[in-house]
Amino acid sequence: MPALIEAEGLIKTFGSVRALDGLDLTVPTGQIVALLGPNGAGKTTFIRTLATLLRPDGGRLNLLGHDVARSASEVRRLIGLAGQSAAVESTMTGRENLTMVARLYGQSRRQAAASTADVLDRLGLGEFAGRPVKTYSGGQRRRLDLGASLVGSPRLLLLDEPTTGLDPRSRNELWDATRHLGATGTEILLSTQYLDEADQLAARIVIIDAGRVVAEGTPGELKSRAGTDRIEVHVRDAGDVDVATRVLTAIGLNPPEVDTATRRLTLACPDGPTVMAAVTAGLVEAGVAIDDLTLRRPTLDEVFLALTSQGALV
Amino acid sequence: MTTIAAPRPGASYPVAVVTVGVRAARKFIRTPALLLGGTVSGVMFLLIFRYVFGGAVAHIGTMTYVDFLAPGFIVTSTIFSAMNSGTGMAEDLQEGLVDRLRSLPISGSAIVFGRVLADTLMAGWGLALTAGCSFAVGLRLHNGVGPALGAFGLSLLFAMAFCWLFTALGFFSGSAQAAQSLAFLVFPLSFVSSAYVPVKTMPGWMQAFAANQPVTPMVNTARILTEGHAAVAALGHPLSAYLPAALLWTAGIMAATVPLCAWKLRRA
Repeated sequence: MPALIEAEGLIKTFGSVRALDGLDLTVPTGQIVALLGPNGAGKTTFIRTLATLLRPDGGRLNLLGHDVARSASEVRRLIGLAGQSAAVESTMTGRENLTMVARLYGQSRRQAAASTADVLDRLGLGEFAGRPVKTYSGGQRRRLDLGASLVGSPRLLLLDEPTTGLDPRSRNELWDATRHLGATGTEILLSTQYLDEADQLAARIVIIDAGRVVAEGTPGELKSRAGTDRIEVHVRDAGDVDVATRVLTAIGLNPPEVDTATRRLTLACPDGPTVMAAVTAGLVEAGVAIDDLTLRRPTLDEVFLALTSQGALV
Repeated sequence: MTTIAAPRPGASYPVAVVTVGVRAARKFIRTPALLLGGTVSGVMFLLIFRYVFGGAVAHIGTMTYVDFLAPGFIVTSTIFSAMNSGTGMAEDLQEGLVDRLRSLPISGSAIVFGRVLADTLMAGWGLALTAGCSFAVGLRLHNGVGPALGAFGLSLLFAMAFCWLFTALGFFSGSAQAAQSLAFLVFPLSFVSSAYVPVKTMPGWMQAFAANQPVTPMVNTARILTEGHAAVAALGHPLSAYLPAALLWTAGIMAATVPLCAWKLRRA
């Protein structure tokens, strides 16, 4: 079984901008993959190149063993594209849109009607199916767009920032639909600039920045890469912040981050549970009243900021 | 290296062209601004020319003004219809519909060809409508039905050439608004031609443009085919002076813009 995606030194330039700058990536089959990065990182360029909409200027990109540049028509039969780079016709009904796309995938009228009905049902779009798309809400439209990428039963679904601009409820609906598809055997690659989206949906996260992969792994692996556990202390009285800072500095390898306004101290430490016990004892001994004391892994935000160029700005 | 066999091939070329065309036609029929906008302005202009200018210009040669005007009016109406191709193409590119279609297992050229074919049929509808209205306000055929149908067919071919031209402009314009503003191109082509008045009444420098641009030979061809001898007398030249130029322009416009569209589509 070939890898789902194999990119080797992939380059795509627009004028003097190198949108993809020697991107290397191997993604195995069988898990939802999130492509995470800030605006302008090259996420959309990578997805559009995979979808055969752009020709790479250098390097190699294979999808399930098919070279994207040389075997574009084979690749197109294997993919479905949705999100910011794809669209539906707003004067046509939801059903008409899906049937149109199904026909273009080469299905007979009967097959197209059947796969349209199936997708409408799976995405819960049945009740709007007969209405023109221009009457849809943003979330309904986005789900139909997802549906249009599904009627061809693609092996790989490419979702380009699928929830950008959606309200939380529509976003959750789209997440549910995506998880369900992933669980029923469709390979999914999604791009997103939201860390919680990647954390929620993907078993594997690829962080890209300035056209290169800067990190990849499971959400857990990435979090442990940004280092270490975090102990967070909320002290009750503002007057105790200095005392608590001294206690934590004495225990930790590095001094804690202190946020005086919220009376919160964060200590990064390699062996969380052991240090936690020392912190508790130290604070009690110093007579510091504590509102809240937690031990946690780093958030993806912290990982993201540590690994991408945006971190330098913070 | 192992590869995963691709499932069934995508739509055949004719199915892809028709499917893409049906979508463009549905959009046209279901968007009142497109369907009624062109129709109403076409009829309005016909009435203005026929009754406002028609009073001052009663005859051209032995032709009534309505017999002179109507063929020109019908031919130029196709160019105005073809403008929609430009805005439509730009919109499809802007909204991402072209990206969706290009990601599907169909021939890329079917995406544009289907659109242009639908646009041509829509222009044909406009053509039939203006022809019907022209008969209602006094147009009469003086050369038989066969040649008149020939004129209709040639106008349709001419319309298709302009649909290609505007589609190409739509590719280059970047946005529907920009494509819309390219509409100004239509005015010199339609007005500075033999469509509404004889070229020889214009100042000399303007005649040079009017006589040598695509609309004039096509209008005169349609005029002679529908009105016969009276039109030949009024224009001063027979059909053979106009038909080859009309066909050459039609073929030339398509030869220049079809490859241009194909080239832009690959880079869209």
